[in-house]
Amino acid sequence: MTIPLAGYLGLGLWMFVVGTIGVMIRRNPIVIFMCIELMLNAVNLTFLAFARYGAVSPNMQHGGMVQSSMAGQMIVIFVMAVAAAEVAVGLGIIMAIFRLRHSIDIDEMSVLRG
Amino acid sequence: MTLFGVLAGVAALSAVGVVAFGSAVRSALCLIANFFCLAFLYFTLNAELLGITQIIVYTGAIMVLFLFVIMLLNLGSPQFLREPPDFLKKGIGLLLGIMLFGLIGSQIIAPLAKNEPVMASAGTVATAANYGLVPRSREDFGSPQAVGTALFTTYVWPFEVASVLLLIGIVGSIMLAKRKI
Repeated sequence: MTIPLAGYLGLGLWMFVVGTIGVMIRRNPIVIFMCIELMLNAVNLTFLAFARYGAVSPNMQHGGMVQSSMAGQMIVIFVMAVAAAEVAVGLGIIMAIFRLRHSIDIDEMSVLRG
Repeated sequence: MTLFGVLAGVAALSAVGVVAFGSAVRSALCLIANFFCLAFLYFTLNAELLGITQIIVYTGAIMVLFLFVIMLLNLGSPQFLREPPDFLKKGIGLLLGIMLFGLIGSQIIAPLAKNEPVMASAGTVATAANYGLVPRSREDFGSPQAVGTALFTTYVWPFEVASVLLLIGIVGSIMLAKRKI
């Protein structure tokens, strides 16, 4: 019995929604970063599930299917690279803000509000 | 089936734990558990190289960075950054999240889940009828050889752009971390 595609998509949807709720209700910027990582990983899981189960295309030959399954994996690799760069820069920003204000409560950082 | 159930259950529960725990260290540990389960789910999708990359990059590098910053800021102590209960914000956030879940679930996943398996005639597996029920990629599509060949032939230009992005990230984080340049 193979797992249907909807199982993986359901897990990805669950993780994405939990990450979205976390970004909205938490005030600790480090936890907000973790929730963003959660959302990125949910999207990665969705990409890989679609890559494994194939895309609907009426005139898809075998070579095209191989190419499309590779495209899903490639974008997962690039999402991982972007997430690594984002975490490095974001945690650097948090450290700089903490040095400046000795507090990292995200609701008090309203200096840039227009 | 049981393997997927166990892995998905642990992943879903630890995802909730990331949001629900008050202390940042517990959230980070839940996130590590979640990433491990995701790596094994990648294995069940035959994407072996990406599963190993997930373990190395996320649990090996990114989560260590997170824990390092948490220790550096001394956020582990619970009296630091106590979040006052803000029920209006939590309620609105939960409501919006449930709406998003219902929207995507009813529009995308429910039609997929209703797909019934159709007996393909004469080996035509790749019909749109039983889409999402059987894996249709090649068995070795996640092997290091296949991924590397695609990465260095078709996708070599995005690969170079990603390396430039990582370089910019390194320079930017050093700029942010230094007091005086």
